Amino acid sequence: MQQLPKEMFQPASVDLSEAEKISKPSLSFWKDVSIRFRKNKLAMFGLVLLILLVFMAIFGPHMTKYDYSTNDLMNTNKPPSAEHWFGTDDLGRDIFTRTWYGARISLFIGLAAALIDLFIGVLWGGIAGFRGGRTDDVMMRIADILWAVPYLLLVILLMVVLGQGLGTMILAMTITGWINMARIVRGQVLQLKSQEYVLAAQTLGANTSRIMFKHLIPNAMGPILVTLTLSIPSAIFTEAFLSYLGLGVPQPLASWGTMASEGVQALQYYPWRLFFPATFICLTIFAFNVVGDGLRDALDPRLRK
Amino acid sequence: MLRYISRRLLSILLSLFLIITATFFLMRAAPGGPFSGEKKLPPEIEKNLNEYYGLDRPWYEQYTDYLVSIAKWDFGPSFKYKGQTVNDLINEGFPVSFFLGMEALLLAVSLGILLGVIAALNHNKWQDYGAMIFAVLGISVPSFIMASLLQYVLAIKLGMFPVARWESLQHTVLPALALAATPMAFIARLTRSSMLEVLSNDYIRTAKAKGLSKGQITVKHAIRNALLPVVTYLGPLSAAVLTGSFVIEKIFGIPGLGSQFVLSISNRDYTTIMGVTVFYSILLLFSVLLVDIAYGLIDPRIKLAGGKKGE
Repeated sequence: MQQLPKEMFQPASVDLSEAEKISKPSLSFWKDVSIRFRKNKLAMFGLVLLILLVFMAIFGPHMTKYDYSTNDLMNTNKPPSAEHWFGTDDLGRDIFTRTWYGARISLFIGLAAALIDLFIGVLWGGIAGFRGGRTDDVMMRIADILWAVPYLLLVILLMVVLGQGLGTMILAMTITGWINMARIVRGQVLQLKSQEYVLAAQTLGANTSRIMFKHLIPNAMGPILVTLTLSIPSAIFTEAFLSYLGLGVPQPLASWGTMASEGVQALQYYPWRLFFPATFICLTIFAFNVVGDGLRDALDPRLRK
Repeated sequence: MLRYISRRLLSILLSLFLIITATFFLMRAAPGGPFSGEKKLPPEIEKNLNEYYGLDRPWYEQYTDYLVSIAKWDFGPSFKYKGQTVNDLINEGFPVSFFLGMEALLLAVSLGILLGVIAALNHNKWQDYGAMIFAVLGISVPSFIMASLLQYVLAIKLGMFPVARWESLQHTVLPALALAATPMAFIARLTRSSMLEVLSNDYIRTAKAKGLSKGQITVKHAIRNALLPVVTYLGPLSAAVLTGSFVIEKIFGIPGLGSQFVLSISNRDYTTIMGVTVFYSILLLFSVLLVDIAYGLIDPRIKLAGGKKGE
C-alpha cells in the first residue's frame, strides 16, 4: 500500500448551518410537473402539434374561398393543386376546407365525450370512494356490470337505434365510457381520504362537498388529467370506426372518419382523398397519446431522479 | 377457487341478462318495423308475418320468450333472409372469424412480445426507438386505414398477396396482419415497460452474479415474470380482435360473422343485430373469465379470493 502524506488530507466542513441551507428555490407541484413535462421532447412535440391542429380547425375553413358542403360537379376528384390545396372529392367539394371543418367535428366529439366522462366519472367515483361502505359496494357493483358490456357493440347498437347524429354519437360513447374515470377517481379518493388534512378539514367543520371539491379532487387531478387526455384519442378512434360502418355523422357534415371511409373506397384512383383525413387522424391520435404519456411520466413521483 | 368462479359466473349471468334486456328493448324502440322496406307491404301480409313471428303478442310475452329461447341457444329467425335463422348465420360465419381471430391473436402476441423484449434489452438504443416508433404508429392508425393501405401496397401494387377473398392460407395473411397491428403495438409497449421493471430487480443481478448467460437470464428469469401484465391484456385483446374483425372482414371480403354483422347493420336486420350482439357478449364475457382464471393459475401470488376484498 502506498503511504499517503498527512498534507494530502483536508478536514471536511462540519458547518451545520451550511447543511440546512436550501440550494434550490422551492417549487409548487405543478411547476415541478411542467418543468419535467417540458424536458420531454416527444411530449412537447405532441403539444405543439395539438396547438397547430386546433389553430387550423378554427381558422382552416376560412382560408379558402370554398364552402365545406357546396358541390362543384365540374371539378370532381381533382388532385391537389394551387386551386384546391388538398384536391376535391367525388362531389367536387374542396378537401382542404372539409378536412379542417372535419377537424372541428372530430375534435369536438373527442372533447365532448371526454368531458362528459370526466363529469360523471368524478361524481360517481368520488361519491363511491368518499362514502365507502354499502354505497361504495352498490355503486361499484353497478359500474362492474356495465363495464362487462362490450363497449363497441353497445355503441353500435345505440347508434343503430338512436339514428346517426353528433349528439347521439356522443351519448352512445359516454353511456359506459365514464366507468374508467369513475374507477380511477374512486381509487384516488380512497387513498386520499385517510390523510390528515382531510381529518383536519372535517374537524374545522368543512362539509362533504367542500372536502370533495377543495381537497380530494384537486389532489387527484394528476391521474384524472392523464385519463382525460388518453380518452380523447379513443373517442376520435371510435368516431372513425363508426363512420366506416356507415354510422357516422350524416352528410353533408364532414368528420375525419367519414372522409377517410369515403377515401378508402376511392383509394385506387384518387389516393389523396384518403391521404389527408387519414394523416390528420393519425397525427391527432399520436399527439394526444404522446402528451398523455408525457403527462403521466411528469406526474409520477416515482420517476423522479 | 370454486367460490371465485361461481361468483364470477353469477355476475356474468347478471351482465348477460342486462345486455339481453337492453338489446331487446332497444330493438323494439328502433325506428321502422322489421318488415318496412322499399315497398309497402299489403296490410294482410304484414299481419300474417307479425302473427308468424309472434310479433302481435304483448311485449312481456315476447320478452320472456326471447329470454327462454336464448337460454336454449336459439337466437331466432333473421327478418331479412327468409328461411334463415340467426343460428345458421353464426354457424356459417363464426368458424371463419374464429380462424382469422386466432391467427391475428397469435401474430399480435408473438410479434408484440418479441418487439417489446428487443426494445427493453436494448433500452435507449436504436432498436428501442425503432420498436417504439413502430408501436406508436400501430396505435395511431385506425384499423380500416391500416387494412386498406396494406391491401393497396402489398396486394394491388406489389402483388405479394391475394387482394381479397378467403380461399387459402395465403389469403389469410394480410387480414390477420391488419387485425393484429393495433393489439401488437399495445403488447409491445406493455412488454417493454414491464420487462424494464423486471430487469432492474435484485434477482436478475443475482442471476448475473452467479454467471448465467444473458440468454438464460432473459428467457428463464426476465421474460417469465415480465409477461404477467401481458396475460391480463388478453381479455381486452380478444375484444379488440373481435370488433376489429367487423371492418377487416368487410375490406377483404371475408365471409365471416363480422362482415355478416356489418351487413345486418346496414340492412337494419334487427334480429340478427340482436342475436350476434348477444352471441359476441357471451363470447367476450367468458374469455375474460378464462383470462382471469389463467392469471391466477400462472401467478401464485394472486389469490382469487371468494370472500371479502383484501382477504
